Amino acid sequence: MAELCGVMGIGQTRYAAKRQELSMPGLLREAAERALDDAGCTWADIDAVVIGKAPDMFEGVMMPELFLNDAIGGAYKPMLRVHTAGSVGGSTAIVAASLVQSGVHDRVLTVAYEKQSESNATWALTISMPFSVATVAGAGGYFAPLVRGYIRRSGAPEDTGIRVAVKDRQNALKNPLAHLQLEDISFDMVANSPMLWDPIRYLETCPSSDGACAMVMAKESIATQSTKPVAWIHATEMRSEPTMFSGRDQVMPRASLDNAAALYKKAGIQNPRDEIDCAEIYVPFSWFEPMWMEGMLFAPINEGWKMTYEGATALDGDLPVNMSGGVLSSNPIGASGMIRFAEAALQVRGMAGDHQIDGARKALGHAYGGGSQYFSTWIVSDQKP
Amino acid sequence: MSEEVSEPIEVLRLPVELEYQYTAGKSASRFLRGLQQGKLLGQRCPVDGRVYFPTRGCCPQHGVPMAEEGSIELPDVGTLVTYSIVRVPSANIPLELPYVTIQVLLDGADTVMMHVLGECELEDVHMGMRLEAKWKPEEEWETSVGNILYFVPLDEPDAPYESYKEHI
Amino acid sequence: MRDVAVVAFSQSPSVRRETDCNEVEILIPVIHELRTNAGITNEDVDFVCSGSSDYLAGQSFAFVSGLDAVGAWPPVCESHVEMDGAWALYEAWVKIQMGYAELALVYGFGKPSMGDLPLTMALQLDPYSVMPLWPDAVSIAALQARLLLDDGVVSERDMAEVAVRDRANAKQNPYAQVKGDFSVDQILADPYLVSPLRKHDCSPISDGASAILLAAGDRAKDLCKRPAWIRGIEHICEPQDLGVRDLKRSRSTEIAAEKAGVRAGKIDVAELSAPFTHQEILVERALGLGSETSINPSGGALAGNPIMAVSADRAVAHATSGPCLQQNLICVLEG
Ligand SMILES: [Zn+2]
Repeated sequence: MAELCGVMGIGQTRYAAKRQELSMPGLLREAAERALDDAGCTWADIDAVVIGKAPDMFEGVMMPELFLNDAIGGAYKPMLRVHTAGSVGGSTAIVAASLVQSGVHDRVLTVAYEKQSESNATWALTISMPFSVATVAGAGGYFAPLVRGYIRRSGAPEDTGIRVAVKDRQNALKNPLAHLQLEDISFDMVANSPMLWDPIRYLETCPSSDGACAMVMAKESIATQSTKPVAWIHATEMRSEPTMFSGRDQVMPRASLDNAAALYKKAGIQNPRDEIDCAEIYVPFSWFEPMWMEGMLFAPINEGWKMTYEGATALDGDLPVNMSGGVLSSNPIGASGMIRFAEAALQVRGMAGDHQIDGARKALGHAYGGGSQYFSTWIVSDQKP
Repeated sequence: MSEEVSEPIEVLRLPVELEYQYTAGKSASRFLRGLQQGKLLGQRCPVDGRVYFPTRGCCPQHGVPMAEEGSIELPDVGTLVTYSIVRVPSANIPLELPYVTIQVLLDGADTVMMHVLGECELEDVHMGMRLEAKWKPEEEWETSVGNILYFVPLDEPDAPYESYKEHI
Repeated sequence: MRDVAVVAFSQSPSVRRETDCNEVEILIPVIHELRTNAGITNEDVDFVCSGSSDYLAGQSFAFVSGLDAVGAWPPVCESHVEMDGAWALYEAWVKIQMGYAELALVYGFGKPSMGDLPLTMALQLDPYSVMPLWPDAVSIAALQARLLLDDGVVSERDMAEVAVRDRANAKQNPYAQVKGDFSVDQILADPYLVSPLRKHDCSPISDGASAILLAAGDRAKDLCKRPAWIRGIEHICEPQDLGVRDLKRSRSTEIAAEKAGVRAGKIDVAELSAPFTHQEILVERALGLGSETSINPSGGALAGNPIMAVSADRAVAHATSGPCLQQNLICVLEG
């Protein structure tokens, strides 16, 4: 019933701690122009614009999409602004795809961004509310106890997280847009980096980045005419659950498992580990790779760490994960989810450059947010479904 | 263009100060009034009877308001469910680094609360430890969780993992 | 396009300052009432979408607590727009169009009384060149009103007449915040609040929540005796910069109305959500409404902030966002 939708253009900015040579509109425009170029279309071809970013307080502008809209060609067009916590980049891509899949629009531009250098994210996440005591320092303070819970229940070796960090940082060296480029990255370098939120070390955490990611999506009749390869959307899915309730499994939330099962069913995938060629997974702290290997049903519960340990998630493994260097290497929060979706699409288009997986036909893009409670995912392929 | 005019401005400082008056809400008000008197009041979900501490506006699992009556007074002792040793400063947190952020399951509660651990060597911190609240002097009590300065270890055997594992 | 209808609607009263309940507690009874009236449970709902603003709430991720009020367990398919709830309705409508959902729950909530709303709204403006001047929302609207008055596009009397009409209509609406019988002369005798705007030219600041259930085709007929079918729903955003827009008309409303088919038939009822009287006049004109249309029978945004209460054959609902009607959404409904 739904229209087919293809990703025909992708644009990313260079990611860096500070892109102070650009304003916010300039940052979005850098990504949007590259996406239009890639799609071989102009601003006039775009029917609607979908903007995503994390909390407004990160840049101190309320509903910034209102002032940014015309910089990305949205003047006198429909414009939507999505915000679903850390998963927002993924959800934004899904909303944009929906506009095409519903037959409402023919060709849509979506942009997600964060300019973390314009404010202080840890502050915005730790605003002191009356009646309470602030004890959780930013996202690391929130997730570290959950990582400890995962280590306890899975019995994973203590160095699993270090191995993930080394792999993703090595992958980033193949991605010229990645923020962190650590030429001399090694196991010892990660292991000896300061423990920030025990058990999470400095080099096991994501950086704060400025950056934007954009995609042009179009309906089948338009996308088919593209001179470049198209990433066809086979399935999108999202799930949310409350932050806390009695007995909630915060380490392996049901929303993640339900989301994965529904996604694969829609995409006609029976055995995800066999059928998916590579995945871009939202891993802001290294330990979340093994956790989401389980959460995305690639590994049995409590065994996700084995995939990391055995090298299955390396570039030459059977399921490469975060070929681009992942969130650990570039983290413009509001865009981080969309980058996962876009990198998955680049892989099946065969346009991922030095971090291309040979013969990638089917790829997963994944994002999560809040207290491990918002999940958004898609499956893209070089073939129409 | 002269040099000064073409020189890019990379940073504009624009301090934003906004004042908000938050409403604690009905459920949190009962909880905070209790704290003012040194009482730890949990509330039952009317659907499954589980005890929420701290209380929220409603049971998030069932989407119903917490039972108005029948606050459950809980003891100020509990079990350390999970923790992290924090070595990152944060402008909003006045604690000296490093400090231990903890999730505590009070005896009789069915949800954890976040707080910090004190009077404990870092290498001795572990899951399952039994803890007790260390209160501020009574004359300083307010409508705040801050009436509890921190939790301290109790000289008791650890709680078995099975007794708290569903709360991680 | 699939037939999609509003099958249930609920709302909290709009009040100036809700002091007992926090946002979640305002929302719980609204969602509960919606489900009860429609005779459904969470399991029946395929998609949930909400609209809210972190800056109104004074904290990041304010919308997350909305999931508590929904009782989002088992986990739900859910999305959120950092916009007015009307755009959440639009996203839900899209999801039904693509066949992702048959039944969607939409809600919006806000508690702007916690902060200084007009001042907070200044943070919507260009942060590099406009916002540093801290122009508050009422002053920005007053600039537009002055332009309209000086160019003879509207008169102060026209504006007062809008206020009188909306306040009087609001008397029939138990949820409305500001209501009563006023005369035009009485209002014109009031002092200016921010010249040329008087108190009655401005919508009140309201705390409140509302929720809507959207259903596709037969599902809608099963759930509701008289569904309000969505015949067109469109939204358009203008550039924000006041210097590049024609502030004497609402171009975005005109385009959205044209695309939504507002003029394809007689409109019995229009619910306009403009926050200032002169803006309500601009929206009314952009929609091409005439004397056959009853405007804001609920009192409109000037009386509180309800979304729609449809009892007509053909109605149009309007929502707006941004300074000086920057972004507008138009929805045409038929009984
Ligand atoms: Zn419950």
